[in-house]
Amino acid sequence: MGFDTAYEAITEESDDQRWAFGTGFADPLAGVETGVPDGVPGADLGAYCLMLGDDALIMSHRLQEWLARAPELEEETALANIALDLLGQARLLLTRAGYADGSGRTEDDLAFGRGVSEFRNVRLTEVGDADFGGLIARLLVFSTWRLALLDRLRGSSDPVLAAIAARGVLELTYHRDYAAQWLLRLALGTSYSRERMAAGLAAVAPLIPELFLDSDLELRLSPRVAVRPAELRAEFDSVLAGVLDRVGLVWPKGSGEPARRGVHTDQLGPLLDELQSVARANPGATW
Amino acid sequence: MSDPGWPLFEVFLRGKRGLNHVHVGSLHAADAQMALRHARDLYTRRNEGVSIWVVASADITASSPDEKDPFFAPSGDKVYRHPTFYDIPDSVPHI
Repeated sequence: MGFDTAYEAITEESDDQRWAFGTGFADPLAGVETGVPDGVPGADLGAYCLMLGDDALIMSHRLQEWLARAPELEEETALANIALDLLGQARLLLTRAGYADGSGRTEDDLAFGRGVSEFRNVRLTEVGDADFGGLIARLLVFSTWRLALLDRLRGSSDPVLAAIAARGVLELTYHRDYAAQWLLRLALGTSYSRERMAAGLAAVAPLIPELFLDSDLELRLSPRVAVRPAELRAEFDSVLAGVLDRVGLVWPKGSGEPARRGVHTDQLGPLLDELQSVARANPGATW
Repeated sequence: MSDPGWPLFEVFLRGKRGLNHVHVGSLHAADAQMALRHARDLYTRRNEGVSIWVVASADITASSPDEKDPFFAPSGDKVYRHPTFYDIPDSVPHI
């Protein structure tokens, strides 16, 4: 095999000479019918896509904050990959939201043009991480919950939502594996790393109950289009118990009232200030 | 730095149209399982590979530059070792 570089040997044959931008990519929505299905209220579908998109967007932003401060270069790339996966999900879901609700808002309008009270993400996604152990606890909870959700959404009667979910399941499977691997390492590492891991679990525990609250919106849209969050609880508990049993840790007793979507901590405002700062300073700018 | 950090691993990828694994670089990891995941995150994020091998760099025994001449120079003038004196049938690929 006569290849001039290692990359020639492993990348696909393509007219695109810019191998650094990748080859052989597939559009997750290729061939998918994009109209809103008959009998599905567009406003409800839009609101549902919006909250799923907000979860991904805000979680992605918190992960991006680890860039340049991750403990190892390799972990930094891993976290960036996970953040980009979620950003990709957010873009598709926000685009779907703006289309389905008939407002014609673009993904940028929705990401950069809304205030705190208009964001529908769960609080779990918006809280900052005290340390790497805290991040791992939050990422494990988030990816386990979202994987269970997207797995069921693959059967949604909205073909776009089903296609986004099908792609997301593969991504979330890796995210969950990444977080679980690190939980095992930290919990079984030194007494200090175990202590920090346990502290991370304690910090995230109060934010778990609200992940499984059924809203009126989800009750209206399920079972055809949406998934009732309450249905995810058994799988979530079983997966998490499987990980924690291996290291002899248990969930700390959760305290605190579950909040409905749209109720936020005081940490979302500063996050949005940063996320939206460029768009606010240069409205409508492109490059 | 007194802390040596994680050990080094070498990464080999096989691409979709590649028949063999190709060395693409190295990375740090605590153990082989972590190295495999790091390799996935560092070297396949642009859709390059379908299979990954990792091996601890310390486990590779390499020829020394000092031995270059006695190792490799003697084969330089032995053209009869190359299978160039007969035609390869079209039905025999990958030679």
